[in-house]
Amino acid sequence: MAEVKTAPEVKEPLFGKDERKLISDPLNDNNPITVQVLGICSALAVTALVYPSVVISIAVVFVCAFSSLFTSLLRNYIPKQVRMIVQLVIIAFLVTIVEMTLKWANYPVYKQLSVYIGLIITNCIVMGRLEAFAMANKPWRSFLDGVGNGIGYGAILIAVGFIRELFGKGTLFAGSPIEWKIIGPTNLEAGIEYTINTAATSGWQSWMFGWYENNNLMVLPAAAMFIIGIMIWIQRSYNTKLVDVS
Amino acid sequence: MDKNSSKYVLFFVTLMTITVALVLTGLRQGTLETTKQNEAIFNKRAVLSAVNNHLGLEEGKTVKDMTDEQVLEVFDTKVTQTVLDATGQVVEGVKAEAIDMEKENKKDVADRRLPLFQYENDGNQFYIMSVRGKGLWDAIWGNIALESDVNTIAGASFDHKGETPGLGAEIKDNPAFADNFIGTQIYQDGKFKSVKVRKGGAQNDQYEVDGISGATVTADGVDKMLREGIALYLPYLETIKGEAMESMLFEK
Repeated sequence: MAEVKTAPEVKEPLFGKDERKLISDPLNDNNPITVQVLGICSALAVTALVYPSVVISIAVVFVCAFSSLFTSLLRNYIPKQVRMIVQLVIIAFLVTIVEMTLKWANYPVYKQLSVYIGLIITNCIVMGRLEAFAMANKPWRSFLDGVGNGIGYGAILIAVGFIRELFGKGTLFAGSPIEWKIIGPTNLEAGIEYTINTAATSGWQSWMFGWYENNNLMVLPAAAMFIIGIMIWIQRSYNTKLVDVS
Repeated sequence: MDKNSSKYVLFFVTLMTITVALVLTGLRQGTLETTKQNEAIFNKRAVLSAVNNHLGLEEGKTVKDMTDEQVLEVFDTKVTQTVLDATGQVVEGVKAEAIDMEKENKKDVADRRLPLFQYENDGNQFYIMSVRGKGLWDAIWGNIALESDVNTIAGASFDHKGETPGLGAEIKDNPAFADNFIGTQIYQDGKFKSVKVRKGGAQNDQYEVDGISGATVTADGVDKMLREGIALYLPYLETIKGEAMESMLFEK
């Protein structure tokens, strides 16, 4: 769990050094997934394709930011005995709003993501940040902390989704209007055309990529675990202050 | 008031619950109409995508490229909706789109009502049936269109609640899977055999389609869903089959 930061009593500018740090910290030094190791379950579940990862990331940024804001606004009124229930109600409230908005604005996307949207409620990042930060800090800073952690989470999610979809399916953004089929066997009869055609019988595509096949491991959740593990390894090898010396 | 007293806790929790409930109810009511309309269009689109190749669309276009208005128009002008009971009799007074397959599937087979969409284009009749079954994680469902010979499949569309993206979810995401069904036949030597989803590749293009590698359970679910789902329609299919034969003889 991250350390609780307490705001100093001096005047707080809108985007001072501390505020910028609240946004940038979760992107690297205090990333929710690779450093705090929160929200792993959803990072394994939703990252098989890029598009759902992007939508979930946006939803998590929204939920994280506003639940932090509301919790922080109410922090002096929330009775300590029921604070976790209260936080959960705030999160569930926001997630329900996300769900209703999606149903209203873009029903097909809602259908595609229905299970995962509900899972945001159980995402440890949201509640973790409420407990660790929003309960002890002023609203604006809590809001920024929520945005920062949401983005830090989303960045990893999209990166993992990118690798998994590219090597697992040979496409990017499948299911969205900007789907890009990158590598795979072109089948003109079925109207499927890949940029790199592995089924080509002649030319550079044939001798360079004729052997290529999608890696089915990549579409399984286990692949996300390997990828996140490797990401943590890379991050710690250049950011040595993250390494525990014990 | 003392913040640690039970009274305060009760007061806070009650106030919070009421506020949240009111806001959410208001939002729900405000979006209800559009949401319902969205859902109806989504379902109609799914039905029509079973006859994707017979909608008179340009080459390479699918139902997904149609606007909401076009979907509604096709449905209003070219689709007849019937509801059948388990004996193949038409149930009066209900529209096929009002049938909730999830609820019907929980009933006994004898009590089920079946939605049937008849789509007509350029004098060709298509019978679109709805089926529902189980995949690996959760429900899967689909729409199967039969040609006017009540034997050859003219098209199919599938959807699922929570199959693995990239594996089981391919029944929906990969149009090639549903397209495989086009031209297959559900009767074999006059007997209902359904279409087999075979792991490792179809051996007979007329009665079998390829499974999905890495998604055996989902593919088996589709296989079972088709066999059991289409079987429910058999009493009705037999009657229209008889009629079709008669009219063919009559023409000669």
